[in-house]
Amino acid sequence: MGKNSIIVLKGVLKENPIFVQLLGMCPTLGVTTSAINGVGMGLATAFVLIMSNTVIALVAKLIPDKIRIPSFIVIIAGLVTIVDMSMAAYLPAIHASLGLFIPLIVVNCIVLGRAEAFASKNKVLPSCLDGLGMGLGFTLALTLLGSIREIIGSGKIFDFIIPGLEEYKLLIFVLAPGAFIALGYLIAIVDKLRS
Amino acid sequence: MGYLIIFISAIFVNNIVLSQFLGICPFFGVSKKISTAVGMTGALTFVMILATLVTYIVQVTVLIPYEIEFMQTITFILIIAALVQVMEIILKKISPPLYQALGIFLPLITTNCAVLGVAIMVIQKSYTLMASVVFAGATAIGFGLALIIFAGIREHLDLVDIPKGLRGAPIALVTAGLLAMAFMGFSGIV
Amino acid sequence: MENKLESNFKNMVLVLLTVTLGIAASVSYVFALTQGPIELVKQEQEADAIRQVVPSFDNNPSADAWRVAVSEGESDNYDYLYTNQEPDSLILYPAKRDGELVGTAVKTFSNNGFGGQVWVMVGFKPDGAVYGYSVLEHHETPGLGTEMIDWFSQTGPGNIIGKNPSVKNLQVKKDGGDVDAITAATISSKAFLDAVNRASAAVSGSVDSYSGATKKVQN
Repeated sequence: MGKNSIIVLKGVLKENPIFVQLLGMCPTLGVTTSAINGVGMGLATAFVLIMSNTVIALVAKLIPDKIRIPSFIVIIAGLVTIVDMSMAAYLPAIHASLGLFIPLIVVNCIVLGRAEAFASKNKVLPSCLDGLGMGLGFTLALTLLGSIREIIGSGKIFDFIIPGLEEYKLLIFVLAPGAFIALGYLIAIVDKLRS
Repeated sequence: MGYLIIFISAIFVNNIVLSQFLGICPFFGVSKKISTAVGMTGALTFVMILATLVTYIVQVTVLIPYEIEFMQTITFILIIAALVQVMEIILKKISPPLYQALGIFLPLITTNCAVLGVAIMVIQKSYTLMASVVFAGATAIGFGLALIIFAGIREHLDLVDIPKGLRGAPIALVTAGLLAMAFMGFSGIV
Repeated sequence: MENKLESNFKNMVLVLLTVTLGIAASVSYVFALTQGPIELVKQEQEADAIRQVVPSFDNNPSADAWRVAVSEGESDNYDYLYTNQEPDSLILYPAKRDGELVGTAVKTFSNNGFGGQVWVMVGFKPDGAVYGYSVLEHHETPGLGTEMIDWFSQTGPGNIIGKNPSVKNLQVKKDGGDVDAITAATISSKAFLDAVNRASAAVSGSVDSYSGATKKVQN
């Protein structure tokens, strides 16, 4: 396996931001009331991650150490605003259901974390791939959690009604407590599978 | 009455952590001991009220008149980061004991999405300045309440025989879920 | 990173300034690009909502729209909590076919929702009966309050289509009305009906009796 695909896979599996590093929990719990929201949020974050990692790897050498963090935050905030406006223009439905959590990608620990831990120390291509891997890992986790909550909580998957399941839906899973409980068991299961 | 409703609703009904899902990272990060939870709450209350106040004023006096509301996210996060830094320096100079107590939590607060979240929320809800400050204060108290209760439970959790697969993060999440369920009981009181 | 810029004052200020300006410039550029489409999307959504709630028409209701001023409503006199961006009027969209009025769509709201404001587009036939509705914005509990999206429709359990709020305000059964409230979401149901009643009052011109002071304002 090539070095590049290892970087990507690392983010998806071995260092999955949600299941392993437990970073970026707010959007994970907040938006995953349905599978499609999970996908939307995951991809938006992935895009920001790829772009911020790439940009930061490009300019890292030009930024003095002491103002590293503020500069990174400005770059990330700019990218998030761009994603926010683009989604409002071209994907209005998803934008409306993700709401506040889009601007809050700025304070998602994953983005600043990868900028600091990886992109500022590596070349452009690996940084970009690292962003891709982490972004995919994040998307995977959110989609999985969103699907589970949607299936159990609404008896649907990607808005398609699952016959026979709808009458047994457990509403609690689309409400706040269900988010915590579902993620808790999901992490336990992933932990078991990994070892 | 109005302020009271904002106050109660921000603490119990729409608890920032347990029903809005903001500030989850510090919620799990600093909830291992009650004493640290109390310190974090103090620091957060301070920052949240100050940050909401400043961002609100900037929104009204700069962003809206110059029609650059789209720069909101960037402006707000910079203000919050700067505020936290300034506060750290001032605290260190003025009150070393307070700095000792709250200092280590301050850098963590910059990346606490609850602060940015509240700053944006009060704009979206188009609250007045006074209502915004009440909302910010109440939200911080709500965060503190959830955090301290959760820390109390976790201190006991250490002594309990938990199934091996659930130890660590999973049981913490499930516990938070049960706590969220308890807070759901408050819904409908306002 | 051997040739990293030194952390002296001049460098720091210069770099921060450059980064901020660069980002501000690119954000402004994207803003200029997306502003048009965002505006279009909003208009499109509005037009869609109107189409859903009134019989088919051949005029442009958005162009003929006018506003009716309303006060905050009965139970929520907290003016001092909100800045003046708070809605003070409802927008009425007349739908005409061959020059004749076939219905009126009203963009209406209620402040009494479980999670804050609820915005609804309601359509009335010329005689004041509800023709259709479409929930524009709400922050209700998923799975409970959100049911309002089709609960009150023709096929839903709490059907309000054909009822005439100008004859008798719509109320949930609990309050002595004849509308079935959403199971376990009475507050959301009441807020929804509040919005519909307010719209009806605006259409029939009896706003005074519903929510106090009003005056007709020009668009």
